[in-house]
Amino acid sequence: MKIGRVAGTVVSTICSPAFERQRLLLCDLLGDDLQPTGEYTIAVDSVYAGAGETVLIIDEGNSARQVTGIPEAPIRAVVVGVIDQIDFAGT
Amino acid sequence: MQLGEVMGTVVATVRTPGLDGVRFLVVQPLDRGRRPRGRAVVAADGLHMAGPGELVYFVASREAALAMPDTFVPVDHAVVGIVDQLVVDGEILTEEIKEEEAP
Repeated sequence: MKIGRVAGTVVSTICSPAFERQRLLLCDLLGDDLQPTGEYTIAVDSVYAGAGETVLIIDEGNSARQVTGIPEAPIRAVVVGVIDQIDFAGT
Repeated sequence: MQLGEVMGTVVATVRTPGLDGVRFLVVQPLDRGRRPRGRAVVAADGLHMAGPGELVYFVASREAALAMPDTFVPVDHAVVGIVDQLVVDGEILTEEIKEEEAP
């Protein structure tokens, strides 16, 4: 899984059926210093995450289909958690 | 999923079975600010609607094939949505959708 920060939203009416009524979040991916790495992903929201929140993103198809509950969905990235705290060893 | 801009279409008459009727698009991946990033890819059109100049999002890897009518096909990028509005850091990066004027 990846750590990300919700930076924005993507609105789309013409989309693959699996994306209908899904909320799409544009998330910056964060490094271990919790700063944006410059990479981003568009993920389906499953936890009602808000802008600026640090989130947990799964970027793997089988898990994405399991979380969204749609078999054969062409979805790969899903926001699956809102991160409250991250502890690195010794800090 | 990543943002992309459709640059053009690819025509291939001879193709592997299962890909009949599938449209192929040249898609330039974009960064979060809609700037081109990386090399263009050929993506299958999972919508049968995307055209040149449009802002889309596409899915890569095995999941791309799942956007096709036949899901066991050799496709590694597929356009799965046309972007109507993109908001990043509170800024709207798409043109305002104009309401149709009443006749």
